[in-house]
Amino acid sequence: MNALACIPLLLALVLSPLLFGVINRTKAFLAGRRGQPLLQIYFDLWKLLRKGAVYSRTTTWLFRAGPMVGLAAALIAATLVPLGNFPALIAFPADFLLFAGLLGLMRFFTVVAALDTGSSFEGMGASREVFFSALTEPALFVVLATLARQTGQLSLSTMFEPVSGADWLRAGPVLALVVIALMIVLLAENARIPVDDPNTHLELTMIHEVMVLDHGGPDFAFILYSAALKLWLFAALVAGIVLPATDNAWLNLLLALGGMFGLAVVIGVIESVMARLRLLVVPQLLVGAGAVATVALILTLR
Amino acid sequence: MAILLAGAMAVLLVSRSDRNFSWLGAGSVVIAAVLGCIPAIRVLLGGATEQLHFPWPVPFGEFFIELDPLSAWFLLPTLLLSALSAIYGVGYLRSWQEKRSLGPVWFFYGLLVLGMVLVLLARNAVLFLVAWELMALASFFLVTFEHERESVREAGWIYFVATHLGTAFLLAFFLLLARETGSMDFNVWAEKGIHTQGLAGILFLLAVVGFGTKAGFMPLHVWLPEAHPAAPSHVSALMSGVMIKTGIYGLLRAFTFLGMPAYAEATVGRPPLWWGWGLIGIGLTSGVLGVLFALAQHDLKRLLAYHSVENIGIIALGLGVGLLGMSTGSSMLIVLGFGGALLHVVNHALFKGLLFLGAGAVLHGTGTLEIDHLGGLLKRMPWTAATFLIGAVAISGLPPLNGFVSEFLIFLGAFKGGTSTTGAIAASLLVLIAGLALIGGLAVACFTKAFGIIFLGEPRSEHVSHAHEVDWTMRLPMLALAVGCVLIGLLAPVAVGSLQAVLANFTHLQPALVSENLATAASPLTFVVIGSGAFLLLLSALIVLRRGLLAGRRVEQSTTWGCGYAQPTPRMQYTASSFAQPLMDLFRPLLGTKKTVEPPRGFFPAEAALKTVTLDISREEMYRPMFRRVNEWLSQVRWLQHGKVQLYVLYIAVTLIVLLVWTFR
Repeated sequence: MNALACIPLLLALVLSPLLFGVINRTKAFLAGRRGQPLLQIYFDLWKLLRKGAVYSRTTTWLFRAGPMVGLAAALIAATLVPLGNFPALIAFPADFLLFAGLLGLMRFFTVVAALDTGSSFEGMGASREVFFSALTEPALFVVLATLARQTGQLSLSTMFEPVSGADWLRAGPVLALVVIALMIVLLAENARIPVDDPNTHLELTMIHEVMVLDHGGPDFAFILYSAALKLWLFAALVAGIVLPATDNAWLNLLLALGGMFGLAVVIGVIESVMARLRLLVVPQLLVGAGAVATVALILTLR
Repeated sequence: MAILLAGAMAVLLVSRSDRNFSWLGAGSVVIAAVLGCIPAIRVLLGGATEQLHFPWPVPFGEFFIELDPLSAWFLLPTLLLSALSAIYGVGYLRSWQEKRSLGPVWFFYGLLVLGMVLVLLARNAVLFLVAWELMALASFFLVTFEHERESVREAGWIYFVATHLGTAFLLAFFLLLARETGSMDFNVWAEKGIHTQGLAGILFLLAVVGFGTKAGFMPLHVWLPEAHPAAPSHVSALMSGVMIKTGIYGLLRAFTFLGMPAYAEATVGRPPLWWGWGLIGIGLTSGVLGVLFALAQHDLKRLLAYHSVENIGIIALGLGVGLLGMSTGSSMLIVLGFGGALLHVVNHALFKGLLFLGAGAVLHGTGTLEIDHLGGLLKRMPWTAATFLIGAVAISGLPPLNGFVSEFLIFLGAFKGGTSTTGAIAASLLVLIAGLALIGGLAVACFTKAFGIIFLGEPRSEHVSHAHEVDWTMRLPMLALAVGCVLIGLLAPVAVGSLQAVLANFTHLQPALVSENLATAASPLTFVVIGSGAFLLLLSALIVLRRGLLAGRRVEQSTTWGCGYAQPTPRMQYTASSFAQPLMDLFRPLLGTKKTVEPPRGFFPAEAALKTVTLDISREEMYRPMFRRVNEWLSQVRWLQHGKVQLYVLYIAVTLIVLLVWTFR
């Protein structure tokens, strides 16, 4: 392990809230507004960290623990994801199992913290969260299995190395299908349109936002930051497959960063041009992602 | 060693005439367990196998017991959980003391433990079956502890029938083996093996059905969701945690009879691929349907019982991977598959025991197990809630606890196998990956529901208002099991390393090959443990940070935000049924949930009702029609039975004469 292995982690820690900024600016641009400053999320985090807190009398220590468990899990998950040619801080065979497990732990505690409030809104959000995540989990694992078969590697750091143009020529259909499935998983896991709407807090269609309705102050800062990290990590994975590799590692890193902010623009465009799907249709989308990934997997079986 | 164990059990038999002997009963089980653990640990650390022979005047029988690593691996959790459940039982049964004599409970509890230990040690088919029946009967009497309740009697009856149908298959299995080898000795069977493909296939099926009934493979699981809720909670913990594992043990032992020794290295006599595929199929069915049915339940113990079916499914997946490894000669698949299954056996004993004890504490404290009647128990029962939370995270297979470790092994095996093989084998392993991922996702849904609705929020009924924390005899076993879950999670490489002896003994692979393959799992797990340690450190850092941030600021208490509505009532909360409803609707074709709705009517609706019932689909669609058919068919011969004793005597006489003629013919 060398000092360079810290680069993906450091970049994730510093830059992840910026993704939200880019998404928001894109949406504002397409809607003809000026939009909030690019660094607004950083201001929000700073503001929240300086606030006090209000807790419901119904809640217990679990409600207070939820955001901290979530953030700790997201931070550890960030040590597992590579960027460009730089491997992650911790890389070992089947590290993606730990990655998925940590995200699962984060979800478990977000959900029980939501149930701790005794609010029916948050119960609803919690119910939908576990519902959708139970369906994205197989899709994510089939994606991982496909990439493992395609690359013959079992670590995120080697599976998601930038692929060359030759790889795309050789296994284009597989990679394309994987990208589609992973993109849907990204949107679902990060509570973006068309699965969830991150804009408002109180509409009954909410999933992630409604679960954290009662959190405030530093707790909410933790939640916001861990959500940013999670989006960053998934974006890094998608960028790892899509972007072509060059011989220069630093150039690859720049390309990867550019790709991730490009992805943020894409997310912003998606959110601008389409509405959230009806809840009944969302499972079809998620199962569809699993099916797309399965097709990719079958292609690798030949 | 084993004598001591049996001796301590005998104390129990003597003590049954006493009236107040909970401590005596529990004490003897604990002593026996401690004594029994010593040789088991020694054998697992590589000590020599121990044997014990007694002449036994039963035809074909011999009192032959042996402690080899495979037995020892199952023996350890059995003894541990028996002892902890016994301590728990002392407190749990205290409230019954006034109403009835507890003698039979402790008597049968001791017998159950004795039966399980004997099943694990027996090396003679007759002795094994006797122990098997002892275990079944003792647990039957424990299930029907509250026999004045109709539902309990019915549960006991279903259990009784199911377990004996399973035994019938085992009888056929043993008889076929005995005819083939001319012996009743397990070691002779293991040495000779079966070399005809067809016969081996039949024996494999018989073993899967016979042992699978005890283990709870879908669709042979029908007795589990009936019997577990009916039994006293410490008995449910024991039954679900370890008794059903004797089925898994039996299956593994049966594999050794079918000619396994030759398989690992030689290319001849490998098991056919369909064995592995069969078990993977069973595992996926049990796993997915088990967790879905668990989600649909309203009663906590039924939920846990269905969850045992799910975990048995995961174990079967591991076994399937191991068998595929045997068929293809891949030592990696063998070690990771069987290793994952064996480790999951121990893990499941720990967390399912813990959860059942937690359910018992809830019942003890509130008097109900109806999930929708509970809520907010964390404030009233902090210890139970904290340990239940650990069990819930562990059973969902999440890091840093033990459930993650055994699922990691199975996943790792499937991923490695899935990337290095081709064709149908790779496809089956990849299907397994997707299935196991779905099971994991649904398990999170199931246990956030169970924990969240029972322990969090506001009380949903009167039951909770008089809830109280349980006493230390019940708290300590739960704490011990929770500590076990954490320890295996944080010492994962050590736990995996301890599989060495049992895997080398069971698979007959070269010890070096086993340790080499275990190392491929242990080294990533070292990183996992580093990650888990870092996670815990970060978590404590965040706790300190948050405390520092909030110090000196305004931290207020208020009501839960209800969009400005200031008078929320507990009835407005999300319930377990509403929590599970989206998933239930999606999987309705598989579950067959019946819904009766009485919607609110008019401008001032007074009454409205919603009722959902999820009956066991295999019980309703398969067994009920089957038994009805059998019943109709058998009623045709009912004229044989009319209550006239003279005629019965005639039957006996005629039978004897026919037998005599047949013998001397």
